[in-house]
Amino acid sequence: TCNGHSYIMKNCEYQQIDARALGTPASSFQPCTEMKVPRLRRKWEVFPGKNRFYCDGRIILARQSGILPLTLGLIVVTSVLFFAFDCPFLVTHLTVCIPVIGGVLFLFVVISLLQTSLTDPGILPRALPDEAADIEKQIYTSGSSMYRPPPRTKEILINQQVVKLKYCFTCKMFRPPRTSHCSLCDNCVERFDHHCPWVGNCVGKRNYRFFYSFIVSLSFHTSFIFGCVVTHLTLRSQGGNGLVQAVQESPLVICFFSIWSVLGLSGFHTYLVASNLTTNEDIKGSWSSKRGAEDSGNPYTYNSIFINCCATLCGPMPPSLIDRRGFLPPDDIPPVAAADLELSSFLAKNDTNMVGMPSSGHTS
Amino acid sequence: MAETHILQDLQHQAAIASKVYVQRDYNSGTICKFQTKFPSELESRVDKQQFEETMQTLNNLYAEAEKIGGKSYLEGCLACMTAYTIFLCMETHYEKVLKKIARFIKEQNEKIYAPLGLLLTDPIERGPRVVEITIFEDRSIGFGR
Repeated sequence: TCNGHSYIMKNCEYQQIDARALGTPASSFQPCTEMKVPRLRRKWEVFPGKNRFYCDGRIILARQSGILPLTLGLIVVTSVLFFAFDCPFLVTHLTVCIPVIGGVLFLFVVISLLQTSLTDPGILPRALPDEAADIEKQIYTSGSSMYRPPPRTKEILINQQVVKLKYCFTCKMFRPPRTSHCSLCDNCVERFDHHCPWVGNCVGKRNYRFFYSFIVSLSFHTSFIFGCVVTHLTLRSQGGNGLVQAVQESPLVICFFSIWSVLGLSGFHTYLVASNLTTNEDIKGSWSSKRGAEDSGNPYTYNSIFINCCATLCGPMPPSLIDRRGFLPPDDIPPVAAADLELSSFLAKNDTNMVGMPSSGHTS
Repeated sequence: MAETHILQDLQHQAAIASKVYVQRDYNSGTICKFQTKFPSELESRVDKQQFEETMQTLNNLYAEAEKIGGKSYLEGCLACMTAYTIFLCMETHYEKVLKKIARFIKEQNEKIYAPLGLLLTDPIERGPRVVEITIFEDRSIGFGR
């Protein structure tokens, strides 16, 4: 059949052009396998969420880094102004410890900030197709009639308290307790606290301690700078020399406005840590005392402030579950892409059918 | 040596008949614990007692990893004081126990489950949301395709 033959010819021509494009001699005896050996890919390259990866998967960032550059910039500018204009005066008039303490606090702040932004917050890998199919099967068999959509929640008992687990349509699994799906990063995150634009990342199980140490050290740092600046201005005004210029050069204004918000945030998170709550649960009022007679409905609390703090901040550090630097096995298709591949092979089948049809039309 | 040969044989040559998923048990909170209920699909393949023993040991290992006690506090405080940079050079207690779990699963597969035509997948590769048990076709009995 003419049309079938021309289709085959087109295929061969396409392959030959490919060989030339690669710079190999355009010989039809060239074995096809040499062109098609793929390099081994790492798992971060096929990651389905909206994250960005750098340094071959070592560094992970949310898609929208938000105002992280602004946060870093503000901290650096404030600190530089402090070191440049307040420290010389204070070193001569007070003590040399001041820039040392300021330096240590500054380092702590910057390191905590970078760790919060660049750490995997506790992203849960999406369910593989087999697992998703198994869960779907369980939902449909336990669901009610065929005409209503089956319920996508599961109720479980945690410490004698009823907790509802929701089904995540994106990740195709029932979310473990305290897990929430972040729409900005398109990932389910364990012990989801909130998505922080200042830090440019979600705050979850794995980086909550970094976030907490960041805001606490930032509170100390800002208060320290504010105190030093006020001291500096007070001493200058007593001496009566260059007060106006000192006020203009000092980071007073930035400090004054940021100190209240940072201190407030630290206080709020200290309350959350002490009662073993997440921002998400607090805002939604999941365990508010209005519902039940008991004063604390939170099933995760250890009923002791000390143990709650220790568990949240000094607890064991689980490793990242997404294994971004692991290699994909060369034989297997990446699981999420498998659906696409099936779709494209289905379309290809349709195409050959369509090509075949005119030819069969010709022969008949 | 013979045992690892069986395991590799199974993975490369046998066809997968079905997969069973053992879900997590959240009754005690968010700690990692799997249900020890024996799945009905495995009734013909493996002894119930043996399976429950495997799951119980697995749960105990995870409990060890997530234990909050003196040692974990010390690790946490030390990490906090070094601005968590110590995590770059030191392996955490959790990671050490995870390696122990991986060895345990491999050993269980080689000794018990592979000769029966089953394969346990390390839960950490699935979340750890589930323990995935792959049931291979039992050619000796002559299962149909």
